[in-house]
Amino acid sequence: MKKGVMRPGHVQLRVLDLEEAVLHYRDLMGLIETHRDSQGRVYFKAWTEVDKFSVVLREADKPGMDFMAFKVLNNEVLDQLESDLIAYGCEVEQIAAGELDGCGRRVRFVAPSGHNFELFAEKEQTGKWGVSNVNPEAWPRNLKGMKATRFDHCLLYGPNVKECNALFRDVLGFDLAEQVIDPEGNLVGAFITVGMKAHDVAFIDSPEPNQFHHASFFLETWEDVLRAADLISMTDTSIDIGPTRHGLTHGKTIYFFDPSGNRNEVFCGGDYHYPDHEPVTWKAEDLGKAIFYHDRVLNERFLSVLT
Amino acid sequence: MPKVTVSSALQEQSFELNDEDSLLVSSEKAMNKAIPVGCRGGGCGLCKIKILSGEYLSNRMSKAHITEREALQGYALACRIYPLSDLKIEIVETIDKRKKLTRSV
Repeated sequence: MKKGVMRPGHVQLRVLDLEEAVLHYRDLMGLIETHRDSQGRVYFKAWTEVDKFSVVLREADKPGMDFMAFKVLNNEVLDQLESDLIAYGCEVEQIAAGELDGCGRRVRFVAPSGHNFELFAEKEQTGKWGVSNVNPEAWPRNLKGMKATRFDHCLLYGPNVKECNALFRDVLGFDLAEQVIDPEGNLVGAFITVGMKAHDVAFIDSPEPNQFHHASFFLETWEDVLRAADLISMTDTSIDIGPTRHGLTHGKTIYFFDPSGNRNEVFCGGDYHYPDHEPVTWKAEDLGKAIFYHDRVLNERFLSVLT
Repeated sequence: MPKVTVSSALQEQSFELNDEDSLLVSSEKAMNKAIPVGCRGGGCGLCKIKILSGEYLSNRMSKAHITEREALQGYALACRIYPLSDLKIEIVETIDKRKKLTRSV
């Protein structure tokens, strides 16, 4: 949190059929539907999150990610980072408070990978869902499906991974926790964090800009990941791969798709990162093991299936 | 049961369609490898085909991969196609695109 960026705040995804997507994110993944706005967008949160929402779905004619946002400490930090981004040469856009219901002013910028990111300082906090903040019980008893606990990170594909890492490091204070280096020494995968997590967002090199690989949600245990896999079969949901383990970050994971083809992950465990840690390196020639630690080969979908 | 015939530069093959399933899932269940399998949700474009003949219903699919003009010409994503009769299709090669995406690894 070197520059005052605290944590991931929200992700807005495009879906082809809104109500079909609501069934997926609410009833299968167990997110809580918290709001619908005048534009028809649907807002969700995971039950351990204090904010009113962390996932927004918008119906559109092509799926993918509209933007991912991070929360910063306060409005002074937001002003400072906005001018820092402009000075760095980023294309920056002001989004007025209330454009997303319950969210304050947002500063949107385009990363060198082509993705839209946002910073904000204020969002309505409704508290953890279903448990009190005083003498809280362990978990609420009426959760659905996979019972996802929090929106954790996104993996994004695009060009200029090195430049993305530099921007997030130098302007926004992120650390490079894990990296993929090709035989020529180029940074082709960057897993970056503002806190102790192995990644808050990750970039993988790909020529086409602004490609969405997945949005990931945290579960507590391996048993929960296995149970998520059972639910994927019970609901005949499109699966990608898993349950398995990643080499990168060492998370235990399953990948699957929402009804519009946006990839989701639920995972548990994984590495941690302190600011004095050297980045963990995986060699691009061993990417199979880096991505799928047990199979040790990539499935073709990991590299080519994007929205 | 309706049948689909897939032609490519190398060969022609056919498999039977299931009533409930999309063209892509029917292909997967028939162990047919001709149509590449991606997200199965009309989003990624990997299973792009051209339908040469036959009747079908289609669900919404990403305009990033099938433009309105292409849809009129019979292009579609196999995961969003529900056949009503025998179909003749050909695979739209996306191999070049995939090679580009894997350039660094």
